[in-house]
Amino acid sequence: MGVFDRLKQGLQKTRKGFVERLESVFKGRTIDEETLEELEEILISSDVGVKATGEILGYLREKEAEIRKTGSAREFLKAEMTALLGVSERLVVYGNKPFVILAVGVNGVGKTTTIGKLASRFTSEGMSVVIAASDTFRAAAIEQLQIWANRSGAQFVKHQSGSDPAAVAFDAVEAAVHRGADVVIIDTAGRLHTKSHLMEELKKVRRVINKAMPGAPHEVLLVVDATTGQNALRQAMMFDAAIGITGIALAKLDGTAKGGIVFAIKKELGIPVRLIGIGEGIEDLRDFDPKEFVEALFSS
Amino acid sequence: MFEALSEKLEAVFKRLKGRGLLKEQDVEAALKEVRLALLEADVNFKVVKDFVQRLKERAVGKEVLESLTPGQQVVKIVNEELRSLLGDSVSKIHLSPNPPTVIMMVGLHGSGKTTTSAKLAQIFKKEGRRPMLVAADLQRPAAIDQLVTLGAQIGVPVFHSKESKDPAYLCEESIKESKRQGRDILILDTAGRLHIDEALMAELKRIKEKAAPKETLFVADAMTGQDAVNIAKGFNEGIGIDGVVFTKMDGDARGGAALSVRAITGKPIKFIGTGEKIDMIEPFHPERVASRILGMGDVMSLIEKAQGAYDRKEAERLQEKLLGESFTFDDLKEQLKKVRSMGPIENILGMIPGMGKLKGVKVDEREFVKIEAVINSMTPAERKNYNLINGSRRKRIASGSGTTVTDVNRVLKQYLEMKKMLKMLKKGKMPRFMPF
Repeated sequence: MGVFDRLKQGLQKTRKGFVERLESVFKGRTIDEETLEELEEILISSDVGVKATGEILGYLREKEAEIRKTGSAREFLKAEMTALLGVSERLVVYGNKPFVILAVGVNGVGKTTTIGKLASRFTSEGMSVVIAASDTFRAAAIEQLQIWANRSGAQFVKHQSGSDPAAVAFDAVEAAVHRGADVVIIDTAGRLHTKSHLMEELKKVRRVINKAMPGAPHEVLLVVDATTGQNALRQAMMFDAAIGITGIALAKLDGTAKGGIVFAIKKELGIPVRLIGIGEGIEDLRDFDPKEFVEALFSS
Repeated sequence: MFEALSEKLEAVFKRLKGRGLLKEQDVEAALKEVRLALLEADVNFKVVKDFVQRLKERAVGKEVLESLTPGQQVVKIVNEELRSLLGDSVSKIHLSPNPPTVIMMVGLHGSGKTTTSAKLAQIFKKEGRRPMLVAADLQRPAAIDQLVTLGAQIGVPVFHSKESKDPAYLCEESIKESKRQGRDILILDTAGRLHIDEALMAELKRIKEKAAPKETLFVADAMTGQDAVNIAKGFNEGIGIDGVVFTKMDGDARGGAALSVRAITGKPIKFIGTGEKIDMIEPFHPERVASRILGMGDVMSLIEKAQGAYDRKEAERLQEKLLGESFTFDDLKEQLKKVRSMGPIENILGMIPGMGKLKGVKVDEREFVKIEAVINSMTPAERKNYNLINGSRRKRIASGSGTTVTDVNRVLKQYLEMKKMLKMLKKGKMPRFMPF
């Protein structure tokens, strides 16, 4: 099964709810108040957020005359929502070896799984990958990551449970530099963005990585659970303020959650979504492509 | 949690209450804002729709608009409806007359099932029961190790098998083992799964048939968005749930998922997870949470927490002080000290009446040091009678404590605010509504 099919399959349920309802809204109707109200319901129910929804509706209202002429409110909405997401910005490995990726996020969003899948993507492309077990807090987090490292054929750097996460990150980057590895992926403990001492710890991890290799980390990836509501925005804001987020990985997009939060995140913060997780398999990680994403949402 | 929602509602209410006369459109405008506040808090769209509809029916009636205090009446209606949305009283875990009581934990990936299982076991152990954990998550890498590690931390045995491929069989075996060991509580930690994954939901059903749990608890992340109701419905209709545990309540999510899930499934929220440490779990008190949402603080939870930190006599004294009028700066200082020993201040602060809405209070340990320093620089007379503290005394206190006059003013303001709230508490169990 090709990746696109997999994505489509993953998004099937998303699409079902979203598009079926959209279509029933659009069928043979112009943009009247009732339509807009129904549209509001659809967008808000998809976690697009009150603000972004307001903007989208405002846009449709503005273009009412045009839409009436062409009769394709759907194309308008598609274009507007794609525009909201901006251009595709994939996760690309560049520059001097190693390319260092720091993965962060709140508890239970799917960091470790995403890292496992990402590592496997790089190794299957022939790159050598070092994974660092900097989640030294959660019980058995190291063991969980070890299993993923084995599956993907990545090298694994760990310390004891409970040790200093920054020290693990330092060792991993240093080892990767010596061994000439292509990529380092650093797993960190899940933490709520409201816990200032844990955010300080993360800042330290970042500083120490930079000491081990000036310029690193090259990518700070925030993993976001697609089922999360408006709080995902707060998460992105706070993590960004603390350590500077360069990209977002949207995990668990294979459920019934609509993933509408990506619109709000992009709109409010301008941080690109780079990857989406659409299943538990090692291959269920996809580049986020706004056009394809919106297209997949709307295609029936 | 809930603070942001509470702030929004307060602002709406303030505008309502400030008016002597209310027109229908005033109420409509206010309800529109209530609606937006709830939507921004991730309360499900349909739940909000029904909620606002009910409010509207009650609030634009003649009795309300023509009453002497229409604003108050509307606020009261919102208050009542919110309470009924959340349920009225604590819902406990039902114990089986024939041990072991089997509790089955279900939910999506990453919702916090494993941690919550260990937390529950710890509660039962503290109550003097003999819990046992069962590692029935055979999917996620190292899930068994995680539960075994947690079990060792709290001294609760974990039934597990690294060879087993059949969780239903494993659970069945665990019941036999628990009987053999005389364990009276059995907590099954199942694998995370999507509510639409038919194969895995069927597996869950099989576990349920084999283990016949007394309680099936649905574990959900408090940060979940609109989809929360679909997920809860999926689990409830798929296998049947008896209650809900909301985890990660210590973040700044606005908690709409909690309101939605209760409204849609009708199942009570039994516990909330309030931190990463193993003892950070609390029974859910709907009426207290309603108070918190409505900005009235949660004195009951505060007093219970305090009982952990104070001995009985001290607790009684605190209660007396809190409900009396003789609340001095010395009391405030002593209390801050105790509060700091009660656990993370973020968790405590929301319970203190009036504290939730004080913008000046940043939840930061250093802030408490500052307050203490300010109080320490007051004379005993000043601590007893704040009226003495005039401009020049403020200057003296500021330089004495290494703070600024602004800081001193802030501490004074916070003190007065608290005193005012406490006075209201004394008058009628709870203030009818928060002071503005």
